[in-house]
Amino acid sequence: MNIHEYQAKKLFKDYNIPVPANYVTSKVVVDDQYTSSLGGSSWMVKAQVHTGGRGKAGGVKKANSSKEVTEITQNLLGSSLITHQTGATGQPVNQVLIETATEIKRELYLSFLVDRATTKITIIASKAGGMDIEQVAADTPEQIINVTIDPIVGIQAYQCREIAFALDLTAEQRKQLTILLYNLYNLFIEKDLSLVEINPLVVNQQDDLIALDAKINIDDNALYRHKDLADLYDPTQEDAKEHKARQFELNYIALDGDIACMVNGAGLAMATMDVVKMHGGEPANFLDVGGGTTAEKVTEACKIILSDDKVKAILINIFGGIVRCDLIAAGVIQAIQDTGTRLPIIVRLEGTNVDKGKEMLAQSGLAIITATDLDDGAKKAVLAAKG
Amino acid sequence: MSILVETNTKVICQGFTGKQGTFHSEQCISYGTKMVGGVTPGRGGQTHLGLPVFNTVQEAVNNTGATATMIYVPAAFAADAILEAASGGIKVIVCITEGIPVLDMLKVKTVLNDHYPNTYLIGPNCPGIITPDNCKLGIMPGSIHKRGTIGIISRSGTLTYEAVAQTTNCGLGQSTCIGIGGDPIHGMGFIDCLKLFQADPQTEGIVMVGEIGGTDEEEAAKYIQTSVTKPVVAYIAGITAPKGKRMGHAGAIISGGKGTAQDKFTALEAVGVKLARNPTEIGKRILECF
Repeated sequence: MNIHEYQAKKLFKDYNIPVPANYVTSKVVVDDQYTSSLGGSSWMVKAQVHTGGRGKAGGVKKANSSKEVTEITQNLLGSSLITHQTGATGQPVNQVLIETATEIKRELYLSFLVDRATTKITIIASKAGGMDIEQVAADTPEQIINVTIDPIVGIQAYQCREIAFALDLTAEQRKQLTILLYNLYNLFIEKDLSLVEINPLVVNQQDDLIALDAKINIDDNALYRHKDLADLYDPTQEDAKEHKARQFELNYIALDGDIACMVNGAGLAMATMDVVKMHGGEPANFLDVGGGTTAEKVTEACKIILSDDKVKAILINIFGGIVRCDLIAAGVIQAIQDTGTRLPIIVRLEGTNVDKGKEMLAQSGLAIITATDLDDGAKKAVLAAKG
Repeated sequence: MSILVETNTKVICQGFTGKQGTFHSEQCISYGTKMVGGVTPGRGGQTHLGLPVFNTVQEAVNNTGATATMIYVPAAFAADAILEAASGGIKVIVCITEGIPVLDMLKVKTVLNDHYPNTYLIGPNCPGIITPDNCKLGIMPGSIHKRGTIGIISRSGTLTYEAVAQTTNCGLGQSTCIGIGGDPIHGMGFIDCLKLFQADPQTEGIVMVGEIGGTDEEEAAKYIQTSVTKPVVAYIAGITAPKGKRMGHAGAIISGGKGTAQDKFTALEAVGVKLARNPTEIGKRILECF
């Protein structure tokens, strides 16, 4: 789960990781009460959206007066920010973060992540901060510092020194970095993060380290033990259909095509999309109804995919292991009756209780096209969508 | 022959008396798996499905001689259950549970690597392992399998069933099928399984079913080049998956441009692996190898 920069910076503050003085607002502020309490003579106004590339897209602006803060806030709030990472509709800006501008001497990069290759937590640091780190890693891999932490003993002081020396920090900054790394590590472990990234971590005019940006990703699997973090979820930053699916514990991802897919199992759902594409079609979504699904969930899943206006055909591909085919059939029939859809529906059923499921579909009187296997189903769906 | 589990493997179930544990233990027993008991803390001394229930894995092992376990406990307790199994002396641990926090798995992996190098963990978030007609530990539908010569390794549950059904229909059948799971941090990987299948005389060919995310398939390609002489067929799911989105499985995500299906296909093809670009052609491709 992603959270906003202002939420991440609040967590940083809780863990004594230095951030610029700031406040967050969802309303346009007209007086200078806030800017004067923040201090300084210029301020950054930053759109709070779940995407990267905000700066280039005009979502981060510098203001030199309270009046400018107000103007920028006014322009950003209620707008949609379109960056190279968002779709054409962009992300809605419902809050802005206003913080005292920092005079920057040096820009560094720092992140902690779960590294699946080493099955450890890895710290990545670089002197090349403020840039796209993946580009830095590709162009100048020597600029990247990697340190691996053993989860049993945790972060060690020598590892902090190793990073600090590699970043050419002063003696005082080395001390600051060591404290900062320990605090970040504790935050990472205690809050079950899967990524924390500070880009840039800067050296300011006073020669102190300070986190100018903050990106945090929380492990969804661990949200059950972090009620406070689960509450940070912002549905406005999600696709409406993805949000709905989440409420029903369905794995749904919206795509741009016109063939909706409903599948049991994540791998088979991806494979279904692949085969649709292979036959010249474009999948409208990824949807895994999961292993322990119910007829109700299948009905909801159908309704979600039918709520996408782009959809011209629906391909249902089920290989029942735990999931029974008769249960899937019941859910599909219910959904068609509830929504009154006239779209072509192609169904491929295999596995547990397959005969019963097929019989239910045949007896429903609904115009359902049956398929013998995934390939056949995908071909028929592509044909139906074109028709 | 087969790998990891066979007809005499003594199996217990952790989370034995729960709904999932009960249902799947019944299925495994009726398939012919030699189940010898189960563990549910606080219910030791009782009998469930005609088998003894123990409070701890250690007790179960001491009393039954079990060497394999399948775990159906909820995600919040699953990491603990894996470590208890390893500590109790179990050699093959199958963890079906989905949704275990990643940091819990990091610790489990480190402890297993450091202290139990001879213990195999399969999963979590996987369908399990089956040696057809001999031993089933997991949630896969037994009926689609057929005893035979193909070893199957897969990161996905239902896609494993596709590969199984196709190898059954083309007449080759399976030696052993392992679902290694869809989580980013998991137990046995492709390489561990390839090594065992290469050494197993019954296995004549291998099917690998991968998906986007991570670089396990690329690492496997390097291993195949140096150490696998048996024919390998691979399918990778997610050629159409968008970047940065988690495709159902926690581990199925293209991050930083790494882990795309195309990269994996390319790496595998370069070392002579036969590709099934269409997942419905897995059976056909492996049949062409013989």
